Amino acid sequence: MPLNIRTYHELTEADQSGLPEQIGAQRRRVADRLATVRRVVAVLSGKGGVGKSFVTAGVARALARTGRAVGVLDADFNGPTAPQLLDLPVARCTVRDNAIEPVVSSEGIRCFSMAMLLEEGQPLAFRGPEAEGHVWRGTLEAAALREFLADVAWGSLDELLVDLPPGVQRFTELIELLPVSPAVLAVTIPTPESRDAVRRALRAAVERGAHVLGVVENMVGGGFSGTAGDELAAEFGIPVLARIPWHPAPDTWDELVRNMGGAS
Amino acid sequence: MKFLCVECDRQMRFEERQLPGDGTLAAAFKCPACGRVVALLTNPMETQLVASLGVKIGGRTIDEQPLETVRSNVASGREDAFTDDAKRESGSAPAWSAEAQERLARVPGFVRGMVKRIYADYAKQRGIAEITPAVMDTARTDLGLEGM
Repeated sequence: MPLNIRTYHELTEADQSGLPEQIGAQRRRVADRLATVRRVVAVLSGKGGVGKSFVTAGVARALARTGRAVGVLDADFNGPTAPQLLDLPVARCTVRDNAIEPVVSSEGIRCFSMAMLLEEGQPLAFRGPEAEGHVWRGTLEAAALREFLADVAWGSLDELLVDLPPGVQRFTELIELLPVSPAVLAVTIPTPESRDAVRRALRAAVERGAHVLGVVENMVGGGFSGTAGDELAAEFGIPVLARIPWHPAPDTWDELVRNMGGAS
Repeated sequence: MKFLCVECDRQMRFEERQLPGDGTLAAAFKCPACGRVVALLTNPMETQLVASLGVKIGGRTIDEQPLETVRSNVASGREDAFTDDAKRESGSAPAWSAEAQERLARVPGFVRGMVKRIYADYAKQRGIAEITPAVMDTARTDLGLEGM
């Protein structure tokens, strides 16, 4: 004779574990922190090595030159490079008023990155039972993204650029955490291989309701051949915002920023 | 997660949480009708999975600290990565006994400032004037601070 057990939803009292309330509070913390950020731009590519971080840094500098308040959240926790690309000093992170102060570049760009927290040359490693690390490592990285959004004193920003790692996992986490879907800047190199990988990432972004600003074709005019930028633009009905040569001049970035539109 | 006393058909209430220090966790729930208490026991992997969400079974008793999950769980963090707010430490902060200071000094620098704030907040909220190892032990269990 089976036991007569009511289901979770049939029990009308609050969840005594307290977990749903805490998750809700975490979401509110993100929303409260980003209430003064006019636009979040996810710099995305399905492919590694196409220069997302390089493009992010170039865009951030060009935005800063226009006088806009810009932040860079380096969401590539296992390969963080934003501080180097923005010429940021290695500095202690200050905890003030229940938030972490971002590091500010000489151009006024506010940045936060796992690189600021890790021992020099050390990979991101977590405590916990090593044997089952695959079970919780992804959850911890998602929590790190949430805390980078919610606990860094970003202040009033016109643009917060989120430099994503390859793939779509971190983007999926980002879009679930944000109160409003981010704008997306897709980065590719000209090759068919990059086109195919970026296509998957763009498809994921579109399916989740993100507004795709356009595609940036990077590393143009060198050894890579192909028309990935044009093909992706045609397929998704988005513009090619810029073609970045191997040694871009500031004008290239300035034009890209103009084409991105957004807060001014 | 909810616990049901099947015999009474009543939802059980959270009673207390214990961290034995071996990576496992115990959370007790009590039936409001018959008083029966059951304990949820999690293995280290399950405990870590819950901790990875940045939540505490049974709820929080003090506010979440900035980068709490990162600081609590990253093993390769720089010893001098953080400078904690000096202003916040001043004023009516509770005293630390020599033994408690010694124990605090053994906490990795990456997380030490946050741990200090958590224990200080815990003591202040309860009117405890001096933080001792015994207070730290009680706070650790009350707050669900694994590995602190």
